Amino acid sequence: MVAIVLYGLRESLRRKMFAVVLALTVLFLALYAWGTHAAFKDTRSFVGPGQGQLDSNVLAGAIVLGLAMFAIVFLGAVLSVFLTLNVVRGDAEAGLLQPLVVRPIGRAQLLLARFAGAAGVSALYVLVVYFAAVLITRWAGGWTPDHVVSPGIELAAAIVVVSAIALAGSVFFAPIANGIGTLMVFGAGLIAGLLGEIGHAIHSAKLQHIARLAWWVFPFDALYEDALHRLTSGTTGFAEFVLTLGPFGGSHHAGAPLLAWSAAYLALVCGAALVAFSRRDL
Amino acid sequence: MAVLLAVEGLEKRYGRVQALAGVDLTVEPGRLVGLLGPNGAGKSTLVKIACGLVRPSAGSARVAGHPAGSAAARRSFGYLAELFRFPAWMSADEVLGLHQQLAGSRGAAPERAELLALVGLAEHGGTRVSAMSKGMQQRLGLAQALVGSPPLLLLDEPTSALDPSGRRVVRELLERLRERGTSVLLNSHLLSEVELVCDHVVIVDHGRVVAAGAPDELRRQGGVEIETGDGVRAFPDAHREDVPRLVRELVAAGEDVFDVRVVTSTLEEAYLEVVDE
Repeated sequence: MVAIVLYGLRESLRRKMFAVVLALTVLFLALYAWGTHAAFKDTRSFVGPGQGQLDSNVLAGAIVLGLAMFAIVFLGAVLSVFLTLNVVRGDAEAGLLQPLVVRPIGRAQLLLARFAGAAGVSALYVLVVYFAAVLITRWAGGWTPDHVVSPGIELAAAIVVVSAIALAGSVFFAPIANGIGTLMVFGAGLIAGLLGEIGHAIHSAKLQHIARLAWWVFPFDALYEDALHRLTSGTTGFAEFVLTLGPFGGSHHAGAPLLAWSAAYLALVCGAALVAFSRRDL
Repeated sequence: MAVLLAVEGLEKRYGRVQALAGVDLTVEPGRLVGLLGPNGAGKSTLVKIACGLVRPSAGSARVAGHPAGSAAARRSFGYLAELFRFPAWMSADEVLGLHQQLAGSRGAAPERAELLALVGLAEHGGTRVSAMSKGMQQRLGLAQALVGSPPLLLLDEPTSALDPSGRRVVRELLERLRERGTSVLLNSHLLSEVELVCDHVVIVDHGRVVAAGAPDELRRQGGVEIETGDGVRAFPDAHREDVPRLVRELVAAGEDVFDVRVVTSTLEEAYLEVVDE
């Protein structure tokens, strides 16, 4: 099993796509550092006398880090999808899978090991970029989120769920169809979160209900929104109100049942992928 | 030792297409069995079922006494697929190392060096797959199938990408494996190759076994030709046993006999007779 995990890791790191994502990430972090520095500077002058109850550092730091988290989860999703989209059908069509599957390791271990490799790389990527963004925010404006570690872990968990969906899709679909399909599912989850935000703003119970249902169907979005919520969960008063007008309008406390469901969902998707793979002719 | 591959009443259906329609086949220890048949006859499907890559619709396949596809069965064979690829970024040595780990082989570096030498890639252990020709990759595929010294080899078109010298290397390798007691099921389009190395030949057509036997049994006698002073005399209905009598009669009739040839059909002719193409 370890051999396949290492094989998957090496394969992931050697892909050109990984280098492209790394280059984009460096560019993103550089722009983020520049933008964050400017945001802190501008909001300091924006918050004038009489608005002392609004901490400009909280406002600027939370908003830019919240936006950065959206970019991080998006890049992480793209990476995870590209690393898992061809694990079964794509590799079988290329003739890469058959020599491995006939070995005593068996199909279940092979699939789980490939998943562990791809999801591990993607989760690690998300954690590294998230903590880099937190450090940049602290450097630029001296602001640190109310919770530092748990939002990163939740973002990484969201990406692990996306990896599992792409892995399950790889059993049924050709790589391109699977990649497009999984990114559409990911986009649908984010749009459902946006609908919830709109519903909240216009007091539409129906839209909010749709968003709540979507959390159960796409728990990666629930994890992302909960991670966003944790950044400023200790912030109160006027600052809290102002934050809901920005990307934090889409932040929600997921609660223990939804977090437990995310873990169960991951297990269910992986289980379905294993059953389908065990029955597939190669 | 038990039969290494036992296939009974094997059937496979892909939707409306009947790929296999009740195939029986056995591979005894130390035997080299050739599997012949036209494209779409079901040969690769049969090999894939034996490997556990494809599930049969009916019938059974057992490898070393274990159901095909089970973990115990997978420990008993090496497999070279018809269409395969190794990761382009790996070296030949790394490919074999990975398969050693997956097969649970403890042969380590000496086994890898021996296998590379066996297939004529001794100098290419550090060569990346991306830098190898198709023929070299096919040889590496053979080496990969031999990792862990499995008692049974399932080879699906192992020489399809090889040049004549590469084919010769494979033929010699198969003969050496037979001497070691390794059994082989060889699926090949190259009749001459099968004829040269196999102890037993199974011809499959439309998912059924249409002929089976030793290559000598499948080849048919086609009479006797005797070269005399008056030219070649043909006796189309004669058999090998008739040769002494025929020679005696010709000599008694005053003919000079220079050469005698028992005419037999090739395996190719025997194949074409039974296969509906």
